[in-house]
Amino acid sequence: MNKYAERLYNGLIKENPTFVLMLGMCPTLAVTTSAINGIGMGLSTTVVLILSNMLISMLRKIIPDSVRMPAFIVVVASFVTMVQFLMEGFVPSLYDSLGIYIPLIVVNCIILGRAESYASKNPVLLSVFDGIGMGLGFTVGLTSIGIVRELIGSGKVFGFSILPASYEPISIFILAPGAFFVLAILTAVQNKVKAGKQNQVQKTEERGCSFNCASCGNKTGCKEQED
Amino acid sequence: MKELLLIAVGSAFVNNVVLSQFLGICPFLGVSKNVKTAAGMGGAVVFVITISSFVTGLIYKFILVKTGFEYLQTIVFILVIAALVQFVEMFLKKVMPPLYDALGVYLPLITTNCAVLGVALTNVQKSYSILESVVNGLATAVGFLVSIVLMAGIREKIEYNDIAPSFKGTPIVLVTAGLMAIAFFGFSGLI
Repeated sequence: MNKYAERLYNGLIKENPTFVLMLGMCPTLAVTTSAINGIGMGLSTTVVLILSNMLISMLRKIIPDSVRMPAFIVVVASFVTMVQFLMEGFVPSLYDSLGIYIPLIVVNCIILGRAESYASKNPVLLSVFDGIGMGLGFTVGLTSIGIVRELIGSGKVFGFSILPASYEPISIFILAPGAFFVLAILTAVQNKVKAGKQNQVQKTEERGCSFNCASCGNKTGCKEQED
Repeated sequence: MKELLLIAVGSAFVNNVVLSQFLGICPFLGVSKNVKTAAGMGGAVVFVITISSFVTGLIYKFILVKTGFEYLQTIVFILVIAALVQFVEMFLKKVMPPLYDALGVYLPLITTNCAVLGVALTNVQKSYSILESVVNGLATAVGFLVSIVLMAGIREKIEYNDIAPSFKGTPIVLVTAGLMAIAFFGFSGLI
C-alpha cells in the first residue's frame, strides 16, 4: 500500500477519530440529530482540517517550538472563521441548524491533535492526505450516528421517510439523551468486537484504571495516581 | 433582576451545558472518576468561565465593536481565554497558594474545554450586557459543576456493580449520562 493510501486508511478505519480515538465528542453528540447535519459538520471539519494541516506543515520549520500551540490555534481559528462565513453565505439553512458548533470547531481536539502529532512533523502532501483521511473518518462517524438517530427518532433518513407510517417515532432519540444512548451502544458493540478479537477486555484502556483497581482492592493508591 | 434570575436558572439547569448542549463532554467523561477530583475540576471551571465571560464581554463591547472587527471574535476569544488561563494560574500561585493547590492541576486542561469558548460566543450571540454575561457564565459553570459532581458520585457506586463486560468503561458512563439528561428534562417546566 503506498503511503498516501495508507494515510486515508488510517484516518477512516484504523484510527477513526469518532469510534477508535473518541475525539471531538462535543460535536459528535450535539449535531447528530439528523444525517444531513452529521455530514455538514463532518465536511466543514474536514475542510478546516485539510487546510490547517497544509499550512502548519508548510510552516513547520518556521514556527518556533515554544510558541507552537498559540500559532496552531491562530491558524485553525482563522480557517474556522473563513469556513463559517462561507457557510453563512452559501448554505444558510445548514449554518442555522449547526449554530454555535461551527465556531467551536476551533476547540475540536481532532484538529489540534493532528496538527501537533502529524502535520508539524511531516511533509505537506502527506499532511494533506492525513487531513482528508481523518476528516472523512470523522464525517463517516457523525453520519452513521446521525442516520441511526434520525431513523429511530423520526423514521426518516436524509429527510426521506423510510419506515412505514404505522411506525411510532421514539422522539427521545433526536433529543439530548438519545445521543448518549446511541454512542454508548456503538462503543459497547465496538468493545465486544475487540474483546472477541483479543479474547479479553482491553486492560490498558485509558478509563479502565479504576475498574482494575476495584478488582485488586488497592483503590487508594490508584486514585492518588490519577490525581 | 427577574431577567437575571431567569438567565441563571435557564443556563444552570434547564439548558444544562453538559447534558443538553453537549459542551465540555471531554472533562465530563474524563475527570469524573471520583467526587473529589470532579469537584476540583468543577470549581476551576466556575472560576475561569466567570472571569472569561467578563473579560471577553468587555473586549467585544469596547474593542471589537468599536473598531468594526466583530468577525474576528472566534480568534480573539480563544486567544484571550488561553492567555487568561495562564494568567489566572500564575496569579493564584503567587497570591492564593491554598486555592492554587486545590485547582492548579485542572487549570491547563480548561483551555480546551469547549464550554468556555461556547459561553463567550453565546453571550455575544444573545447580545447580553456585561452583567448578564457574567451571570450567564457563572450559572453555566455551576450547571457544569453540578452535573460533573453528580456523575462522579454515581460512577463511584457503579464500580461495585456487575456490569456486562462490553459495557465497562465509557459505554456505561454514557448510558448514565443519558439517564441524567432525561432527569434534567424535568427542569424544563421551570421557565
